[in-house]
Amino acid sequence: MNAATPVLRLERVYKRYGDVEVLRGIDLDVAEGDVVCLIGASGCGKSTLLKCSNLIEPISGGRIMLEGEEITSEQTDPDRVRRHIGIVFQAFNLFPHMDVLSNVTLAPRRVLGMPQRAAEERARDLLDRFGLADKEGEYPDRLSGGQQQRAAITRALAMQPRLLLLDEVTSALDPELVGEVLTVIRELAETGMTMVIATHEMGFARQIADRICFLYEGVILEQGPPERLFGSPQEERTQAFLKRVTEAGRAADLTATDSS
Amino acid sequence: MSGIGFGTPIEPEGPAGPAALDMARRGSQRRNAVISTVSTVVFFALVIGVIAASPGANKVLDSFFSTTGFKDSFEPILDGFWLNVKLMLVAEGLVLVLGLLVAVIRSLPGPVLAPLRLVALIYTDVFRGVPLILVIFMVGLGLPALRLEFLSDLSVFTYGVISLVLVYSAYVAEVYRAGIESIHPSQAAGARSLGLTQFQSMRFVILPQAIRRVIPPLLNDFIGLQKDTALIGLLGLVEVARAAENYAAETFNFTGYTMAALLFIAVTIPLARTTDWLILRDRRRMAATAG
Repeated sequence: MNAATPVLRLERVYKRYGDVEVLRGIDLDVAEGDVVCLIGASGCGKSTLLKCSNLIEPISGGRIMLEGEEITSEQTDPDRVRRHIGIVFQAFNLFPHMDVLSNVTLAPRRVLGMPQRAAEERARDLLDRFGLADKEGEYPDRLSGGQQQRAAITRALAMQPRLLLLDEVTSALDPELVGEVLTVIRELAETGMTMVIATHEMGFARQIADRICFLYEGVILEQGPPERLFGSPQEERTQAFLKRVTEAGRAADLTATDSS
Repeated sequence: MSGIGFGTPIEPEGPAGPAALDMARRGSQRRNAVISTVSTVVFFALVIGVIAASPGANKVLDSFFSTTGFKDSFEPILDGFWLNVKLMLVAEGLVLVLGLLVAVIRSLPGPVLAPLRLVALIYTDVFRGVPLILVIFMVGLGLPALRLEFLSDLSVFTYGVISLVLVYSAYVAEVYRAGIESIHPSQAAGARSLGLTQFQSMRFVILPQAIRRVIPPLLNDFIGLQKDTALIGLLGLVEVARAAENYAAETFNFTGYTMAALLFIAVTIPLARTTDWLILRDRRRMAATAG
């Protein structure tokens, strides 16, 4: 693979649910080590874009390439593709009947055929790195939301994916737990992990992203480096969206100061 | 402690300090315990009284609860019951496997499996609908009449097992399937997103959760199966009900039936309590709030 081949490329991707067009011709390139943040109002297609990239949802048109190889053709085995693309969900989707260590080692053992000891070793390294070393024997329901989400990220990373997709991973968390999860993602970005992140956390997106994509009704309306997209957005819709978000943020800040 | 309630007689509704409230709570707990004990005793005294006062009470007591009857019938009835236990164990083991297989076939998507799904659907519909007693006759008398080498020379015990397994696997398949469908699709999404295949996702993620959920209704069906082993006597096997019948025919005393009933209960109750305990232990281990 030459250096210019993007890790992920979407070409004219369409997605329809019945009569509703959720994605209407998405073009997107994600280069090795890139962190791309998807922003936009709820229902703009951020999550669908991620689920299509991971082949959880079949696309209705266009094609998707992983490291230059088309993964949306009839011949591809989706299970093989998903080994190389990790995804972390808003609701964690941890397996409640397994402890944290088993959650993390399940796929390396069953999908990659790693011996138990090796899989556990790799899992412990990751758990240690994300501050969950003492939680390996706990069941998911006994952990805080932040810990659960960190465990879910660990589980995805244990497969050593080429690409990590994060679908609003802090949206289900209590405000005081958001920070610990964002710290983990920041660390991943520093280590060069290629990531596509759907998020409502504008401040975080601004700090971490190499590129921001603003989605509006199933198309990428505007994209660029964070300074430009947040500093001087070109499109009217982008300006309106950012204005709404900043005002909501300011209102929340005000109430927070009032009540304290 | 607030001064108002201090030193005054305890009244549950009145203003009171924490200690007084605690005492009031304990007081009402004690009162509840007394009420439930008294009402239970009165209820059973009434029931026993009515039965004892009935004109045929002594006769019933003699023919269903005679001491010599219990003593004499114990051995032949237990011998018969041992056969029921064997029927239960063999049939339950097979039902667990066959029911699961049918449920998994019905739960897997994909056009390739469509004919299998149809077979599974017809099977569950038919065998849940036909009364066990008819299945026993059809299997026990019909299969031998076919004169097929591999199906027609089996023991009566085997025909009994086949009948029970056919009927109860259909019930149990539906129990499993309800469990499988109760697992949120996000679990399958989580599993598939890690690269697990459809089968692996079912095996390692969906089924372990589904089966835990359906243990109580599964046990319910097993108790039904255990009781229905008594119907295999219709094929001429001397199992517990037949043994009790024989005893009654010899002695004109029905205590054998009571004996048989007690043996069934002696198996069912420990099974139910053990299952409750297992479920509770499992839940404690995974639950959010447990200390």
